[in-house]
Amino acid sequence: MAIKEMEQDIVRPPQPPGLVKWIKENLFSSVFNSILTVLLFPTILYLLYLVIIWVLFGANWKAVSQFPLLFAIGQYPRDQIWRVGFVFSGFMFMLGISWGRWSGLLRSIALAAGSFLLLIAVLPVQNPQLDMTMRIYLGSTILITLVGYLIGNKTRLKNAFIIAGWFVIPIVGVVLLAGFENSERIPVVHTTLWGGLLVTFLLAAGGIVLSFPLGVALAFGRRSSLPVVSGFSTVFIEGIRGVPLVTLLFMFSIILALFLPVESRIDRLVRALMAVTVFSAAYSAENIRGGLQAVPLGQIEAAKALGMGNFKTTVFIVLPQALRAVLPAIAGQFIALFKDTTLVVIIGINDFLGIGRSIINSDPEFVQMRTEVYIFMAVVYWIFSYMMSLASRRIESTMGIESNL
Amino acid sequence: MTPQKSDTTAIPFYRDERILKIIAQIVSTVVIFGFLIWAVINFLKAADARNMELSFGFLKEAAGFPISNPPIDYEPSMTYGRAFIVGLVNTLLISGVGIVTATIVGTLVALARLSSNWLLSRMALVFIEFHRNIPLLVLLFIWYFVVFSFVPPVKESLVWPGPIFINKRGVYISWPRLTDSGSTFLVLSIIGIIAAIILYIILRKRRKNTGKNTYYTPISIGLILIFSVAGWFLSGGSPFQMDIPFLKGFNYQGGLRLTPEFAGMYLSLSLYTAAFIAEVVRGGIQAVNKGQIEAARAVGLNQMQVLSLVVMPQALRIIIPPMISQYLNLTKNSSLALAIGFQEVFAVGKTTINQAGRAVPVFALIMITYLSLSLLTSFILNIYNRRIQFVVR
Amino acid sequence: MHRKFIPVLAILLTLTIVLSACGTTTEPAGVQTIVETVIVEVEVEVPAEAAVEAAPAAVEGILSRVLERGYVVCGGRTDLAGFGMLDADGKNLGFDIDFCRAVAAAVFGDAEAVEVVPLTAADRGPALQTAEVDILSRNVTWTSSRDAQWGNFANVMFYDGQGFMIRKDSGITSTDEFDGATVCVTSGTTTQQNLADFFRQNGMEYEAVLFEETPAVYGAYEDGRCDVTTSDKSQLASVRSGFADPDAHIILDITISKEPLTPAVPHGDDAWFDVVKLVSFALINAEELGVTMANVEEMKSSENINVLRLLGVEGDWGYTDLGLDPGALANAIAAVGNYGEIYDRYMGPEGISFTLPRGPNNLWNEGGLIYAPPVK
Repeated sequence: MAIKEMEQDIVRPPQPPGLVKWIKENLFSSVFNSILTVLLFPTILYLLYLVIIWVLFGANWKAVSQFPLLFAIGQYPRDQIWRVGFVFSGFMFMLGISWGRWSGLLRSIALAAGSFLLLIAVLPVQNPQLDMTMRIYLGSTILITLVGYLIGNKTRLKNAFIIAGWFVIPIVGVVLLAGFENSERIPVVHTTLWGGLLVTFLLAAGGIVLSFPLGVALAFGRRSSLPVVSGFSTVFIEGIRGVPLVTLLFMFSIILALFLPVESRIDRLVRALMAVTVFSAAYSAENIRGGLQAVPLGQIEAAKALGMGNFKTTVFIVLPQALRAVLPAIAGQFIALFKDTTLVVIIGINDFLGIGRSIINSDPEFVQMRTEVYIFMAVVYWIFSYMMSLASRRIESTMGIESNL
Repeated sequence: MTPQKSDTTAIPFYRDERILKIIAQIVSTVVIFGFLIWAVINFLKAADARNMELSFGFLKEAAGFPISNPPIDYEPSMTYGRAFIVGLVNTLLISGVGIVTATIVGTLVALARLSSNWLLSRMALVFIEFHRNIPLLVLLFIWYFVVFSFVPPVKESLVWPGPIFINKRGVYISWPRLTDSGSTFLVLSIIGIIAAIILYIILRKRRKNTGKNTYYTPISIGLILIFSVAGWFLSGGSPFQMDIPFLKGFNYQGGLRLTPEFAGMYLSLSLYTAAFIAEVVRGGIQAVNKGQIEAARAVGLNQMQVLSLVVMPQALRIIIPPMISQYLNLTKNSSLALAIGFQEVFAVGKTTINQAGRAVPVFALIMITYLSLSLLTSFILNIYNRRIQFVVR
Repeated sequence: MHRKFIPVLAILLTLTIVLSACGTTTEPAGVQTIVETVIVEVEVEVPAEAAVEAAPAAVEGILSRVLERGYVVCGGRTDLAGFGMLDADGKNLGFDIDFCRAVAAAVFGDAEAVEVVPLTAADRGPALQTAEVDILSRNVTWTSSRDAQWGNFANVMFYDGQGFMIRKDSGITSTDEFDGATVCVTSGTTTQQNLADFFRQNGMEYEAVLFEETPAVYGAYEDGRCDVTTSDKSQLASVRSGFADPDAHIILDITISKEPLTPAVPHGDDAWFDVVKLVSFALINAEELGVTMANVEEMKSSENINVLRLLGVEGDWGYTDLGLDPGALANAIAAVGNYGEIYDRYMGPEGISFTLPRGPNNLWNEGGLIYAPPVK
C-alpha cells in the first residue's frame, strides 16, 4: 500500500509530446495557423515533387559529370596531379587527427567528407577521369583519415603539435603546388593553371588568414592616440568599406600595375588575393574595434596593476576578450569572404564559378545545359558555406557566446 | 608616471614617451607618404611613356555605345559624361527599390520565422539559409539564366490581372500616367501634403506643450484631401489615364516596363539582402525583454499594439545600425549587375574604359561615386539612428 | 591605452616592409634616386623626353625577356568555342591558342613552352600596355586606335565581319525590317559600336540588350530575349551549331563591319614583333607550299627551293638575325601544322568546335584574303 502511494507521489518528468499533440501545437494552434498549414503543406509537397522529377529525369548532367577534375583543380597539369592529391590527403590526415582529439563538429565534418569520398570511389559509372588509380587514391585517403583519427584519439600528441600542423600543411601545400625552379620532379606550375575549387579555397583561406592580422593592426591603428596613425587607418578602413569588392579587384588587377615599376609583375592570383585580403581586413578591423571597445577599462587597469607591460596587456588581456566578443561577427565576415571569392570571375580568374562558365562556353552544346551547371555550383557553394556557418555556431555555443544576430 | 616626468634627465630619449610618439608619427608619415609618392611617380612615368591621357576631357566626347533601356534620355551620340549619369541613375534606381523591397520582405520573413506555425517558420528558415549561403553572383545567374528561361516569349505572354503582361522582354505593368491637365492636380496635392505636414508638426507640439487635444491627425488628413479634391476638379476630373501595354511590332509598347535585366538584378539583390535583414530583424525582436511583452499584455494591449507600441520601438534601436550596413552592402552589391547586362555605374565605366581607354580617370570616377554614395547613405542613416536612440533613450 | 603605439608601430613597419618587398625588386637605395628624378621632371615640365630617357629597358627587351624566362606568356581566353577554350584535362585549345604554341615552338622548339593567361575584354588592353603578356592572341579586332594605344598588331590571322542572326519563323529576310527590334550584343567591344552606327545610319530604332560575356548574349537570344543577335560571323556560326535546332536560325548575308582578328605584341621591341610576324607568315606560306605537320620532315628534302628556304634547310633568310634557329619555323609547323590545318582542326568540316566555310580566310590564290610575304 505504502509503495503504491509513493509511486503516485513521484513527480514524473514531462513526457515528450506525442505526434498528434505536436501537430496540434505546432501546426493547428489557431484558426489562422490551421488555414496556413492546409495551404502550405500541399504547395511544399508539389514543389518538392517538381524538383525531384527534374533532377532525376529532366536534367542532363553531362556538362557536370564530364569534367570532375576541371571543377576540382582547373587546368592544373594532369601529370602533376599527385601534388594536389598529396596536399588533399594532408588536410584529410589533419582532419582525422583533430577528429580523434576534439570530436564534436570535426567528427561530423570528417564523417561527411569520408562518406562523400567513399561514395565517389565506388560510384558505378564509367568516367575516363574516375579510373582505377583515382578510386584507389580516394580509398586510401579515407584510410589516411582513419589513421589520423587513431593517432589523435589513442596517442598523447600535444595539442600544440596539432594546431601547428594546421599551419604547416597549408604552407607546405602552397609551396608544393607552386613547385620549384629547375626541378625535374616538381617543376613550377604557374598559377594561371590553378583553378576550380582549388583556387576558391586558396583565395578564401588565404584571405581569411592574411586579412585577420591586418584587421587587428588597423583596429588598433584606428584607436591609436597618434593622429597620423589613427587618421590613416580610418581613411583606409572607410575608403575600402565605401567601395564594392568588384572595384577593388579591378583596381588590383588592372590599375595597380600602372603604379608599380614596369619590370615588376605581380602574379594575377596574388593580385586577386591582395584585393580580397584588403577588403576583408577593413571589415574585420571594424568588427574587432567593436570588440576592443567592449573590453572594460578595469581589465586593463587590473593588468597594469599586476605589472604587465603594454604589449602583454594587449596580447593576453585585451585581444582575447575583444575577439571572443566579436567572434560571431568575424565568422559571418569570413563566410561572406568565401562567397565573395566568386567575384574574381569578373577579372578573368577561373575559380570554381569561372570554370563552370568556361565549360558552358567551351562547347555550344553545353550552353543548353547551363541550368544544370549553375544549380550544381549553387549546391556546392551552399554546402561549404552552410558548413562554415554551422561550425561557427557550434564554436559560439561551446564558448558560451550569445549571438543575437 | 608623474615622478618620471619631473625627472626627465634620467630618461634616455629613446625611452621618453613623448619623443617616441613624435618619432613614431614621423616614421609612419614618411613611410605612408613615401610609398604613395613612389607609386604616383611610377604611375606618371608609365603614363608618359604610354601617352596615357589623365584628364577628364573625354567626358565631353561622344560615347558611341548604346545603353539598354536608359532611365533618362540617352543616345549613343551623347557624351561619355551623359552615359555615366545614366549609369548613376540606374544604380540609384536599383538600390532604392532594392532597399525598400528587401526591408519589407526581410521583415515579413522575420515575422514568419517567429511564427508559432512550425511549417511557416521552417519555410522562412529555408528561405534564409538558402539565400545566405549562396554567393550573390551565383544567385544572380540562377535568376537570370535559369528562372527567366521558363518565361514565355512575346507572342505567348502571360497575362495577369491588372493587366500585367509577362514575357521574355520583361514585365509590362499598366500604369497610371498624368494627362496634360494632370500637373494642376499634382501641384495642388503636393502643396496640400506640405501644408499638412507643417500643420501636423505645429499642432502636435502645441498639444505636447499645452496638453489640449488639437486633433492634429484628422486636421492634416483633411487638409490633404481638400487640396487633392480641389486639384481633381480643377484639372477637369481626369488627372490620370491608365497606360495599358499593347503589342506592336516586335514588342509590347506602353505601360511601366521592367526589363528582365532589371527584374533579375532587382529580385536577386532584394531577396539576398532580405535574408540578412530577416536575421537582423529577428535578432532585434528577440532581444526585447520578455517581461516587456508580458507587461504590455497585462496592461491590456492587444497583439498588434504590443508589436507596434512596445516591441518594435525597442527592437528598432538594435536593428537600425546593422540595417544601415545591409543597405550599404546592397548598394555596393548592385555593381554585380554588369554580369547580366544591367547598365549601372560600374558597367558603364567598364565599357568606357574599353572604348575610350582612359582606365585611370574613369576608375577614379567610379571609386568617388561609390564612396560618396556610401558616405552619404551612412551619414543620413546615422542622423536618423541618433534621433531614434535619443527619443527612446 | 595611450602607450599602444609600440605594437602599432611594429605592425605598421612590418606591413610596409612586406608591401615593399612584394611590390618591387628594386634595391632600397634606388627609391631615393627615383624620387629625385621625378621632382626634376615635374618642375621642368618636359615629360615626354624625360620619359623616353627614363623608360625602363624591360619593355624594349621582350624577346630577351622571353628567352631568359624560357616560355611565352600568351594573353588568351578559355571561354570561346573555336578560338580559346578548355578540354576535360584543362588543356588550352583553340585557333588563337595554337598561334601562341607556334611562336613557342619557333622560339624554344617546344610548343608547350606557353603560359596562357585568361584575359577579360576589359583587361586585354591594359595587359598589353603594361607588357604583362608577350602576345595577345584573343580574337582581338585590329583598329587604328588600338594600334596606337595598346601595342603592335602583327598579321591578320582571321578575317571576320559583323553579321546578324535571326529566327527563321520571324519571317524577316533583310535588315530593312529591323526597325524596333531588340538586339542582343556583347558590351565593351567594337561590336556594340558597329551596331549603334548601323542603326543610326539607317535611321532605325532598336533596343540593345548588353552582356559582359559572350555566352550570355547567345543564351539570351536563344531564349527569345532578343529578336536579333549580332556578332562576328564566325561566332554566330559557332553558336548556331550549338543551338537545339540550328535550322530555325539564319545568319543574314549582310556584313556591317570589318573585323580583322589579329595577334598583337606590346610596343617597344621590334625584334619580338618581327618574330611573331615571321611565325604567322610561315604558317600561311606552309599551307601555300603544301607543307603540313605530317610531311614537314620529308619536305626538308623537297625540290622546291621555296620550301627549302621556309624550312631553313637552305640559306638564312633573316632567321638568325632575329636570334632564331634556321629550323625554327619548321619546328612551328611541325608543332601545330600549317594555317589550313589549324583552321580545320577547330572550324573545318571535321572541326572540334563547329564548321565554318573558309570564305575570306582562304589563301589568296584560292579566292581568299590570306596572304604572306615570300621567304627570300
